[in-house]
Amino acid sequence: MARKDVLGRTGEQLAVDHLIDRGYEIVARNWRCPVGEIDIVARDASTTVIVEVKTRAGLGFGHPLDAITPVKLARLRRLAGAWCAEHEPGGRVRVDAVAVIAGRDGIVIEHVRQVC
Amino acid sequence: MPVARTRAVALTGVDGSLVEIEADLANGLPAFTIIGLPDTALGEAKDRVRSAASNSGLELPSRRVTVNLSPASLPKHGSAFDVGIAVAALATTGALALEHVAETVHIGELGLDGRLRPVAGVLPAVLAARRAGARLVVVPWGNRAEAELVAGIRVIAAATLRDVLAVHGAEIEPPAEPIEPIPSPPVVESRTSEGDLSDVIGHPEAIEALQVAAVGGHHLMMLGPPGAGKTLLASRLPGLLPDLDADAAVEVSSVRSLAGLGVGEGLVTRPPLEAPHHSATTASLVGGGSGLVRPGAISRAAHGVLFLDEAPEFPSAVLDALRQPLETGEITIHRARSVARFPARFQLVLAANPCPCGQAGTGDAECTCTPHARRRYLARLSGPLLDRVDLRLTVRRVGAVQLTGVEGGAITTSEARARVVAARERTRARWGEHGWSLNAHVPGTPLRGPRWRLAPADRASLDRALERGGLTMRGYDRVLRVAWSIADLEGDDRPRADHIGRALYLRKGI
Repeated sequence: MARKDVLGRTGEQLAVDHLIDRGYEIVARNWRCPVGEIDIVARDASTTVIVEVKTRAGLGFGHPLDAITPVKLARLRRLAGAWCAEHEPGGRVRVDAVAVIAGRDGIVIEHVRQVC
Repeated sequence: MPVARTRAVALTGVDGSLVEIEADLANGLPAFTIIGLPDTALGEAKDRVRSAASNSGLELPSRRVTVNLSPASLPKHGSAFDVGIAVAALATTGALALEHVAETVHIGELGLDGRLRPVAGVLPAVLAARRAGARLVVVPWGNRAEAELVAGIRVIAAATLRDVLAVHGAEIEPPAEPIEPIPSPPVVESRTSEGDLSDVIGHPEAIEALQVAAVGGHHLMMLGPPGAGKTLLASRLPGLLPDLDADAAVEVSSVRSLAGLGVGEGLVTRPPLEAPHHSATTASLVGGGSGLVRPGAISRAAHGVLFLDEAPEFPSAVLDALRQPLETGEITIHRARSVARFPARFQLVLAANPCPCGQAGTGDAECTCTPHARRRYLARLSGPLLDRVDLRLTVRRVGAVQLTGVEGGAITTSEARARVVAARERTRARWGEHGWSLNAHVPGTPLRGPRWRLAPADRASLDRALERGGLTMRGYDRVLRVAWSIADLEGDDRPRADHIGRALYLRKGI
C-alpha cells in the first residue's frame, strides 16, 4: 500500500474511534456503490450519519476540510441517497465531515456536523 | 457563537459614514463570505485577507466565516475595508481584545504579504470617523501624515497587519527580518500659480481686472487673438488669491485625497488651479463614474480657479453642466444607489478666440472667417453661462512699443496679493455679519436695499443702461457687485460713479 493509503486507513480508524467515544454506533465502513464510496456510516440515536473522513499529515497543503469541495459535497448527498435507497434506515439523515491531522506534534481530530 | 465587531468608513463624495464590520464564526466547512453590498474590489478582500493573515502568523479559522458590512443597504467600494475585515475575522478566534477591536476604526488595504497599503480618501474618512465620535483610528503607515492632520482623534499608523493585531493585544512572534513599510504614493503637485504677475507685459486693464476678480470672486472671460497672453494672465490668477482659510483648506485637501493626488505633510493652503483640456467630458469635469463616484475638475478646483482655455471648443453640454454648480457652490451626483456630494465653489476663467481664425477685430490681419462662422463660434458659449460671468475682457496683442517701452511699473504677484488681501478684509468687515465673504455671493436685495443703495448720481449710468434694455435686472446686480469689488480694491467706502462706470465697462467690454 502506498504511504498515502496507509495514512488514509489510519485516519479512518482514528475517526471511527472518535465517533465511538462520542456514542455513535458504527453501521458500515467503506460502503461502495456505483456512485462512489462512503467512508463511515454511523448512527447517532435515530439519525443516520454519513461521515466523510479527510486525513492529512500536516497543514502544509491546507486544512483537510478545505479539500471538501462543492463537487465532493454533491457526491456525498448522492451517496447518502443511494445508501438510504438500499437500506431504508428510517429517521433523519445527516452528512458529517471529520478532519484528522496527524502531524509531528500529535493528532488533532475535528468533527463538523451537518456539512450539507 | 463568537461574533466580533469592528468599524470602518464608507465614503460617498466627501461625506463618510461609519460602517460596522461583523464577523461570525459558524460551525461548517471552511468558507469566507463577505455580504453587505460589496463591489468587486471589496469582494476580493477575502483572498487578500486570507493570505495576509497567514503571512502575519495568524491563520483564519478553518470554519465558516461570514463577514457582514452594516448598514447592509449602503453600497461599499474599494479596498479600504481590508484591514477591518481581517481584524474582525481574526478576532472571532479570541486572540484579540474584543472590546478594544469594537471601538477602533480601521482603514487600509492589505497586501498579500500582510503589509498595509495606503488608500485614497483617508483625510475625509478620518474626519468622518471623528464626527461620528470614534476615538481611535488605525491607518496605513503611508497615510500617516494625512490622518494626523485631523485633531481630536488618536491615530495609529501601522506598517503591517502584525502591528494592527499587536495594538489589539495579540501575541504573535515578531517577523524574522524587519519589514519595510509601504511608503505613501508621491504627492502630485497641484498647479497653483506659475510665474509672477510681473512677467506679464502690457495689459494694464487685464491686470486690474484680474485683481478685481480676485477680490470679489467674480467669474472672468477673456477674448482675444492667439498669442495675446490670455493663458499667461489666467495662470497668474491663483497667485493673487489669499491663502485658504481653515475650512477651505480641509475641503481642498479632502478632495485631493479622494482624487488620489496625495496631501503631503500639511493641509493645502494655496488655492488650486485646474485647467482641463477642451476634450473633457461632462463626467471628467463635474465628477462621476459608475459605482464609486470620483470628484471632477470643478471639485479639484474648489476654492481655486477653473480655467477653461479655448472655451468654445468645449462641447456645449459640458459647459452647461457648470451652470448649476456655479450657482450653488457644490455638486451632487446622483446614482441609483447613492448620492455623492462634492464642493464646487470655484472661480471660472474662460478664454476664447474671437473667431475660428482668431484674427477678428485685431487689426493686425484680415479675418478670413465668414460672418456665419464667426457668429456660430461664440454662440457655443450659451447665454445662461455667459450671464454668470461678471467680467468680460478683450485682450489685445502686445505691440512693440509696450515690449521695449518703459521698464518697471509692473506689479508683482506678492504686491497684488497684498492689495487683494486688504480689499477682502474690507469686504469681510462689511458683509461678515451677514455671512457673505465675497462680493460675488451677496444677494441682490440688500445691494439695492436702503442700507447699501448708492446715491442716484453715482448709479446714473447703470440706471440708464437698465432703462434702455442694455442690462437685465440680474446683470444690474452683477455690475453692482463688481463695483463694490473695485471700491474695495481701491480702498473706498462705497462705489462712486467712476467705479460703476468701470464695472459696467468690464461687463459689457466685449
